[in-house]
Amino acid sequence: MAEFKHKDIIALRDLTKEEIELLLATAENMREINSREIKKVPTLRGKTIINLFYESSTRTRTSFEIAGKRLSADTVNIAPSNSSATKGETLADTALNLLAMKPDIIVMRHAVSGSHYFLSKKVGCSIINAGDGAHEHPSQGLLDMLTIKDRFGRLDGLKVAIVGDITHSRVARSDIQGLTKMGSSIYLAGPPTMMPPGVERLGNVTVCSSMKEAIQDADVVIMLRIQQERQGKTLMPNTREYSRYFGLNPENIKWAKPDAMVMHPGPINRGVEMSSYVVDGSQSHVLKQVENGVAVRMAMLYHVCGGELE
Amino acid sequence: MTATLIRTVILDNSGIRRALTRISHEILEKNKGLSDLVLVGIQSGGAYLAREISNCLELIEGERVPFGSVDITLYRDDIKQQAPHKSVGKTDIAFSLEGKRVVLVDDVLFTGRTIRAAMDALMDHGRPKIIQLAVLIDRGHRELPIRADFVGRNVPTSLKENVAVIFDEQQQPREVVLEK
Repeated sequence: MAEFKHKDIIALRDLTKEEIELLLATAENMREINSREIKKVPTLRGKTIINLFYESSTRTRTSFEIAGKRLSADTVNIAPSNSSATKGETLADTALNLLAMKPDIIVMRHAVSGSHYFLSKKVGCSIINAGDGAHEHPSQGLLDMLTIKDRFGRLDGLKVAIVGDITHSRVARSDIQGLTKMGSSIYLAGPPTMMPPGVERLGNVTVCSSMKEAIQDADVVIMLRIQQERQGKTLMPNTREYSRYFGLNPENIKWAKPDAMVMHPGPINRGVEMSSYVVDGSQSHVLKQVENGVAVRMAMLYHVCGGELE
Repeated sequence: MTATLIRTVILDNSGIRRALTRISHEILEKNKGLSDLVLVGIQSGGAYLAREISNCLELIEGERVPFGSVDITLYRDDIKQQAPHKSVGKTDIAFSLEGKRVVLVDDVLFTGRTIRAAMDALMDHGRPKIIQLAVLIDRGHRELPIRADFVGRNVPTSLKENVAVIFDEQQQPREVVLEK
């Protein structure tokens, strides 16, 4: 059995296949806690977790908070609007000040890619990445893998299409890093202005020239949100045109395998990247993803607490 | 150089069968039948034995006794000393424990810390009417005030020795060995 020795989880790129399998196995067995009446185990009693979110988030922050509480840790949320960041404090200073309060884990979301690596060199506690710029979002990658594994019982040999704004998507990067390690093949589609050059070098990744090519006979279709808040104004003419070429609807979903599953990291722009028929349809696993998110984050918190200082 | 272990079989397959049959009869006697009775085995050895005892009880009474399994990893009292953390096993209790007579099953009773953790886990699944403890081997050296209600065999040991119940690939108990 593999062991998990990391004190931080910053990117799925840093984890081995065996470590990912261990996190997924732990998450599977953590789900039992979420389905019973007393949804709490005493495992992380006395541990303090700080959720430091420099970017807005409902799903991920709430999910990490619930995960910590179900493991009996004390969780504290810090949001940018009421933190010192708006008063000009640097990330390093904020971290050192938080560290003086003796947290065991800092869960951080930050707009700058790689800021977690910087932070982990400054502080001794565990760092978990809840999303950094356009780099990675490892908990989303893991919960996507768990949701796919639930459906197919495996991750190897699957065709996974990822459609949308790949350039700005940390979800896409974590999905690619994780799923290719587990043996899936990735097919990407999106407007050329939103396709990062050289993305094929990440492994078993094919860049497709059309949406049809990507989702043809796919087992899994992952749709991404257009991140208008990160883009300049020039990447696409308008959302209607985008929707026509890269939106998933009851017609083009037929290109994928009949039992293909559809996922989305949320929040969804209904009618843009996905039509409501698809979001609420039988192939959609969107809410299952959210449910698995809590278990996956419990597994991450549990394993980093047993990690060694690097 | 690895030290050579001396392995002695202290209970063979038929010995284990006889012990489990006797435990099953004692469970029935003490609980006056099967009503409200459920079995919960501690992962992994205890879970296999709980299934065996459930089969024994069915042979005797002609009625199925529900059995489940509990993993105690998340309830251990030494979790802070563990690095790295152990993987978490499966807890599968598909029935309510509320008001039930629960027989907790483990393979080897030693310090009692595992049983303490398992009882905490059971309480989080509801409030049983009573919890009784059945073990195949009691090797002594308790560190908590816990004792078993049903014991297959008492085996006095030294702390340097180890007792293990060996299961085959079908998760059937094969033998109990003492290693020193």
